[in-house]
Amino acid sequence: MAKAAPEGMEYLSSLPRRLVTLYLPLSILIFVLLFPFYWMATTTFKPDAELYNYEKYNPFWVTHPTFDHIRKLLFETSYPDWMLNTLIVSVTSTFLSLFCAVCAAYAIERLRYSGSQYVGMAIFLAYLVPPSILFIPLATMVFKLGMFDSYWALVLTYPTFLIPFCTWLLMGYFRSIPYELEECALIDGASRLQILAKITLPLAVPGLISAGIFAFTLSWNEFIYALTFISSSENKTIPVGAITELVEGDVYHWGSLMAAALLGSLPVVILYSFFVEYYVSSLTGAVKE
Amino acid sequence: MAVQAHPTTRAATLRRRLRLGDNRNLLGFIFMVPAGAILLVFLTYPLGLGLWLGLTDTNIGGTGRFIGLANFRSLFSDSVFGLALFYTILYTTVASVIKFALGLYLSLLLNHRLPFKSIIRAIVLLPFVVPTVLSAIAFWWIYDSQFSIISWALIKLGIIHHYIDFLGDPWNARWSLIAANIWRGIPFVAITLLAGLQTIPPSLYEAATLDGATRWQNFRYITFPMLTPIIAVVMTFSVLMTFTDFQLIYAITKGGPVNATHLMATLSYQRAITGGQLGEGAAIADAMIPFLLAAILFSYFGLQRRKWQAGGRD
Repeated sequence: MAKAAPEGMEYLSSLPRRLVTLYLPLSILIFVLLFPFYWMATTTFKPDAELYNYEKYNPFWVTHPTFDHIRKLLFETSYPDWMLNTLIVSVTSTFLSLFCAVCAAYAIERLRYSGSQYVGMAIFLAYLVPPSILFIPLATMVFKLGMFDSYWALVLTYPTFLIPFCTWLLMGYFRSIPYELEECALIDGASRLQILAKITLPLAVPGLISAGIFAFTLSWNEFIYALTFISSSENKTIPVGAITELVEGDVYHWGSLMAAALLGSLPVVILYSFFVEYYVSSLTGAVKE
Repeated sequence: MAVQAHPTTRAATLRRRLRLGDNRNLLGFIFMVPAGAILLVFLTYPLGLGLWLGLTDTNIGGTGRFIGLANFRSLFSDSVFGLALFYTILYTTVASVIKFALGLYLSLLLNHRLPFKSIIRAIVLLPFVVPTVLSAIAFWWIYDSQFSIISWALIKLGIIHHYIDFLGDPWNARWSLIAANIWRGIPFVAITLLAGLQTIPPSLYEAATLDGATRWQNFRYITFPMLTPIIAVVMTFSVLMTFTDFQLIYAITKGGPVNATHLMATLSYQRAITGGQLGEGAAIADAMIPFLLAAILFSYFGLQRRKWQAGGRD
């Protein structure tokens, strides 16, 4: 697995050839993929005078870095509130979804009750239902249930896309754990719950971590539900707050906007940089089957 | 569990049966309750409710009554809806094709032996990880009419002479948004296809090369057929996500200029939430469903059937 496919014949291509067919296009693509982040970061640290004067200052570089935009964002807007809201909602809905998904995936993949393969199929189809067609009916429900403008509106609706995804990912993971281990435990007199808690779950930790990270990121990034179900400024999440509250009429404070984008991206980026290997391997596991 | 409430003997038998796992159905049912309850209440029910709302004239603060297909009939002659439908199809087609081509190309590049492999992979994933709205704000700033860095660079290079009005002109705005969507979608396609590429046994390439196959033949007759099942899954997801996109448009243009960049999702938000016409908005959302079903069925019957090629179950 670690050794990628064509490596065996890599010696066939010479260095100049690799430069043109591999390193050059790869650098261009990576440059394009990274540039918006670079631009986001430099804009955050540029003072306004530099931000709007391309003649005097080279726009690609920060001459006099400043924390003004970040300070303004943290102390003059509700940004810290939004960050806390996003964190609370993401963590709660992630744990709720993981719990539901572990139970469901274990039941579908291991208990194999009658009809479980159809339920597995239904869960996969549920993942294909996009939030864009659910937000209107959900908005009327949220309103009737009195959850409008509260955490509950988000904590209970985010699992609609988190549970199908986590279940699907964990089903793939459980499938990779040998049956024999469970059979041994059954013979030794363990109950189903004990098997789940002491054998299957510990072995599925990498899968749980990647499902957790994924769920956390998806809820951190969620936009349309948060936009529709939350109205007061102090209850908003970062993506919604950044786009609705930081623009005053026609005046765009690009420095603060970019700072908001940068700070809002950092948590998920840091999380991913720690767990990128888990992520890639679990994706491989889920795709392979 | 409910077991405790029964007399001891029955409880003991029941517990023993659970232990042996021959009553999987009961246990399976209990395990399915949390996920099932949430999905039924917040996914299945609203899906039905959405279909129903599309047939009513509900607005915010009032209960609607059944008006049959009147919403759909009025949408049929609604020029803004026509524009949104047109742009949704254009957006999905162009963005999906380019995402697929560039994503596949990038995954082939990443499948070579490279220094700093895991760092490069992490970098490639960035656009996918970062919240779409936040990167959309960055694109909004990149596309600014006065301070666009792209315009500035192109002028300095002597390619153009005036700043490009990226978001003010209908067609410029359309292509700019498609470009931003492609930028965001490439990593998902590339990394997933990379995972697929790594499952292809190297011996196939070695055998083909000994037989005199060129690079193109290696790709055409080994890589591509072996990847087809994963391509089907990835592209289904990609097409569905692009077709129902909302965030990017809402963050950058909100559908403007002159409704040129409305997708069906943004139009339905505008009509339902901003305008308060829940029924009409729901009807627009419902109008997306046939397209989504067609995409799913196409990938299921058209491409998925070749699953055996990767050694998977049929």
